[in-house]
Amino acid sequence: MTAPAIEIKDVQKSFGNISIIRDLNLSVTQGERHALIGPNGAGKSTTFNLITGYIAPTSGTVKLRGEVISGLRPYQINRRGLSRSFQVTNVFANMSVWENLRCAVLWTAGHRYSFWKNIDHLPEVRDRTAEILADIGLATRRDVPAGLLTYAEQRALEIGITVAGGADVILLDEPTAGMSHAETERAVTLIRRLTEGRTLMIVEHDMSVVFGLADRISVLVYGHVIATGTPDQIRSDPKVREAYLGEEAA
Amino acid sequence: MTELASRVAPPYPPLSERIKFYGLWAGAVLLLLVLPRLFSSGSALTTFSLIGISIIFSLSYNILLGQTGLLSFGHAVYYGLGGFLAIHAINMIGANKLPIPLPFVPLIGGMTGLFFAVLLGWVSTQRSGTAFAMISLGVAELIASSALILRTFFGGEAGISANRTKLIRLFDWNFGPQIQIYYLVAAWTLIAIVAMYALTRTPFGRMCNAVRDNPERVQFVGYDPHVIRYLAFCFAGFFAGIAGALAAINFEIANAAYLGAAQSGTVLFSTYIGGVGYFIGPIVGAIFVTVLSLSLSDLTSVWQLYFGLFFIAVVTFAPGGITGLLMMHRPLIKGGALGTVLPYYLISLVPTLAMIAGLVLGIETLVHHTVNPGEDPNIRAFGINFNVSSPLTWLAALVLIVGGFFVARKTWIRLAQAWDEALTAAREKGHST
Repeated sequence: MTAPAIEIKDVQKSFGNISIIRDLNLSVTQGERHALIGPNGAGKSTTFNLITGYIAPTSGTVKLRGEVISGLRPYQINRRGLSRSFQVTNVFANMSVWENLRCAVLWTAGHRYSFWKNIDHLPEVRDRTAEILADIGLATRRDVPAGLLTYAEQRALEIGITVAGGADVILLDEPTAGMSHAETERAVTLIRRLTEGRTLMIVEHDMSVVFGLADRISVLVYGHVIATGTPDQIRSDPKVREAYLGEEAA
Repeated sequence: MTELASRVAPPYPPLSERIKFYGLWAGAVLLLLVLPRLFSSGSALTTFSLIGISIIFSLSYNILLGQTGLLSFGHAVYYGLGGFLAIHAINMIGANKLPIPLPFVPLIGGMTGLFFAVLLGWVSTQRSGTAFAMISLGVAELIASSALILRTFFGGEAGISANRTKLIRLFDWNFGPQIQIYYLVAAWTLIAIVAMYALTRTPFGRMCNAVRDNPERVQFVGYDPHVIRYLAFCFAGFFAGIAGALAAINFEIANAAYLGAAQSGTVLFSTYIGGVGYFIGPIVGAIFVTVLSLSLSDLTSVWQLYFGLFFIAVVTFAPGGITGLLMMHRPLIKGGALGTVLPYYLISLVPTLAMIAGLVLGIETLVHHTVNPGEDPNIRAFGINFNVSSPLTWLAALVLIVGGFFVARKTWIRLAQAWDEALTAAREKGHST
């Protein structure tokens, strides 16, 4: 049996006296698309921060494909094949779209801190960057500084940067937040295509996105997973209906 | 895949672009060779040498400030230590008759800068922003005060001197005459510019920019921002050391002023005034600040005050520096719209100059009154005689400042309008950058 892509075991996180995450247990199978939902302040982003090493758990462990990663730094976790996007757009604002994507490709391409190679003469980096650029549909905006893109374009770039390094576990934090209906549809198609064959974990408020995209859903309330299951199971779970979904799922 | 890359990736520069690129470097080499023939006086050669040193130092500083987003208040530490080690090296090589000619001494300075950056940089580059700035200031004060305490190495107030002509000769040059020092500095300046430019075009150089823009995100594409900042710091230390060694060779002395706060401030000035956003910015700044400080210090005793005012003006009105200002005009030039703005520039120049003249008059009379109160109140500036004690002079200064400002402000607004119109016109023709 293969180890789960992500396994969170008995994780606690408190800031001072306030406990944000309590007895968090969550398992994401390799290759599945797993959505994490819950009301505002339930600790969804905190969970992402715990998985990606942005903050360390107070107690408990996080495993990536069976390896303990809790306590590692974000870049160490990223190098093990886990990548994330951010709820608030988090790109390299003064650099062009091309440079943004290229920076995301460099480490996995093995160029690391190299200061003796001309960056324009790395064919595999060029190919990979071009591939991602075409994938996210920003080819015509290649030389525009990321800070000057429209909101939807920045979100697409955000996803592009996240997947460019070739990580096989992808975490997306509200990728469609603030988008129009049409933009959301395009974003979902993009996510579906780019995460094909990889493990995806997604935090999302838009329930049509969640139920359309996810293989399994976990419901987080007050830092605790109250239910995990297929969209149908979640829809009919009385605890979930009571705690969170209410009218929406009916 | 390569088919896709050739379609969406930035195209490789065409031959004409590459010829232009290498032509620019060839032009720079030619200029450096021709300069001493055009201006052959000793003072001109000294000025050129100082400019070259300042260019290397400012470019090394911009690796930190412009490329990586690290504001350092203590970059002169690596410049100064490079200078001291160079002087000690010259003395040691001369005394022991070692087979190392003078042109290789800057490398010793560079290695010194690198060594101390490696040693001191790891802690200070843990964080960027305020923490880094404060630590750099602390380290700078520490080293600068040690320079006055550790007399055997730093030579106290007087510093340490050396004789650069006692080393074994290369091409039969003893590096006594300033022209030979000029060529030495020019060669090293060229090498350093090429090296630092190449550095910006590497994966590491690009990640420096990424760390400047968003250190948080850098961690999530696999990089440790601390390592990038540290490496940038080491490179900056290395090139600062080269610049310091060249300065030491030029003056044949190294003293505590080399690594003091004033020196750290000067390099920040030159780099920022030139423009941190462009590779060429610090070069422009180094030339401008060196020439201005040499000529201003001949004219007035309070030249540093003018420098401060100028620096404030740049930070407030032109955060892109001189280069940023020039680059702003690129779309206008390409769109052929510069001509429509030019008259407005000339119009606003008149009241602006009047205001500046009033400011200078006010400052100079004030200085004359407070610094030399007992002296003859009649001074001569720009060929005009002034009586600094006369209320008329004070009144004239006041009128020029206030009146100049109010008229100038009106012309500035007109200029800004003309600018916007010209830019829109240029954009319509498709010249946005």
